Amino acid sequence: MSAVELSEVRAAPVRRASSRFLRSELRLIAVRRRNQVSLAALAAVPVVLAVAMKVAAPDPADRPGGGPDFFAQITGNGFFVALAALGVELGLFLPIAIAMLAGDSVAGEANQGTLRYLLTVPVNRTRLLAVKYAGIVAGAFLAPLVVAVSGLVIGLVVFGGGDVTLLSGTQVGLGEALLRLLGVCLFLGVCLSALGAVGLFLSTLTEQPMGATIALTMLCVAGFVLQQIPQLEWLHPYLLTRHWQDFGELLRDPVSFGALTPGLLSAGAYIVVFLSAAWARFAGRDVTS
Amino acid sequence: MTDLAVATHGLTKRFGSQVAVDTVDLAVPRGAVYGFLGPNGSGKTTTIRMLLGLIGATAGRHELLGVAMPEYAADVLPRVGALVEGPGFHPYLSGRDNLRRLDAADRSAEARTTDARIAAALDRVGLSAAAGKRYRTYSLGMKQRLAIAAALLVPRDLLILDEPTNGLDPQGTREVRSLVGALAAEGATVLLSTHLLAEVEQICTHVGVMHRGRLVAQEPLAQLRSDAAPRARVLTDQPAQAALVLRTLGLTEITETAAEAAGQLGEIAPEKVVAALVHDGVAVRGFEVESPSLEDVFVSLTGRGFDVSG
Repeated sequence: MSAVELSEVRAAPVRRASSRFLRSELRLIAVRRRNQVSLAALAAVPVVLAVAMKVAAPDPADRPGGGPDFFAQITGNGFFVALAALGVELGLFLPIAIAMLAGDSVAGEANQGTLRYLLTVPVNRTRLLAVKYAGIVAGAFLAPLVVAVSGLVIGLVVFGGGDVTLLSGTQVGLGEALLRLLGVCLFLGVCLSALGAVGLFLSTLTEQPMGATIALTMLCVAGFVLQQIPQLEWLHPYLLTRHWQDFGELLRDPVSFGALTPGLLSAGAYIVVFLSAAWARFAGRDVTS
Repeated sequence: MTDLAVATHGLTKRFGSQVAVDTVDLAVPRGAVYGFLGPNGSGKTTTIRMLLGLIGATAGRHELLGVAMPEYAADVLPRVGALVEGPGFHPYLSGRDNLRRLDAADRSAEARTTDARIAAALDRVGLSAAAGKRYRTYSLGMKQRLAIAAALLVPRDLLILDEPTNGLDPQGTREVRSLVGALAAEGATVLLSTHLLAEVEQICTHVGVMHRGRLVAQEPLAQLRSDAAPRARVLTDQPAQAALVLRTLGLTEITETAAEAAGQLGEIAPEKVVAALVHDGVAVRGFEVESPSLEDVFVSLTGRGFDVSG
């Protein structure tokens, strides 16, 4: 390298470590009307649920969702509205919310033509993926929290609070119950982050954000369906959705962390595999959008 | 090597079996305003995308400002402002917020000065009044201006502008033209892809012409002009006789119509032609020497067909 070239390289601008781009990404997600509506819809479900339960007590035989039965306890303690709502929304609303966010991540930028301008700023492609995934993860943790808080508030208002009877029969104070509810949200946040990793990968494959969103939703629904088919039991451990309803383990006494491990490991594996796939796909891809 | 702001060496891009860009050797001198011309589909935008590292080259290599791309993109691209294939912004953000987002993504930009730099860039493209409006409400010309403002967020050594006046009204076109002139005067090199030959004639110092993926001409504008052969036209009621004189003098490509004769001058001085015509008793009603317009040169390089290059 000649001296002239060296001076060229040295004249290169300073690169600062900064969270500006990440904050800009989070703001972009937050100000988007679509995401606000989606969050409002997530928060509305527990309200509808609580009001319906108040008006007409349920028949336990035809409850929706496949998880633990929190419905029977709702009328006794408002705390269970949050859990029941999480169980129900995990069946479609939460995955769709994450699918919208993840599907839009890269494909949305490509579709609007903003991707080429980000890349010429320049934004390193790996950094772009990292920031996009961070945005998805933020959504994945926020969404169950919103459902839980909304459920908790409406539940306590409509049915009142008090000590909580766990699935194993023991009673704990509301404080400990809330801690367990937070645990449930964190567990679901991890599960939905795994879904988001798959979504990020799908989003690098197309310039149509809706395409990626629909593909991810279908993948999710396919998981639920396959789970119901006993002949495919060999497949069940590999399904993305297999362990989602394990969050009920956090409501036993003592908490069986061992029972949560497969779910966390499975989510971790999905995250590693699909983030790598997204990187492999995106890092060298021709951006012609 | 570093006297070139853009240098490509055998740059080639194949999409499947189709060669979109074929061994292109661009040489844009520093400080030049380089008009990058070519019909639709001739490979201009593909070349620009390769220059910026958006797509990878099938073969060949290139440098921007003397720095190898795409290996050192992080070092050189902050000094390069680009407008590629039309504007691209978030429709539900205002113009100002869109610029803020781009600036936030730039690790070399100072957060402290963001607002001042954005205001200056918006002012420079005449968009200050509409800065707070949502991008989706912008007209095509305003969108185009915003894209130019984005390229001017930080001081640049090189600007790569792909059809910057597309969609602009005549005033806007003029403003962009004077803006490009001002940027060049400040020392920036400008690579300008355009269809508007009038624009090129007014502001460019150098010209490169693409045709079917190949760079068919690359010269300083003045040289391209002087290379083009001037023609002598004689207005007369004796065209046959005039044509004979022209032929005897050694003009080539002689044409004859009812009221005129014309031919390519080559090295022959126009005054000699007039003298010869008068000497031979041809009734000369008018005489002119025409240099072919840039448009004629362009068409002669890229063909007359209306079809896009396949």
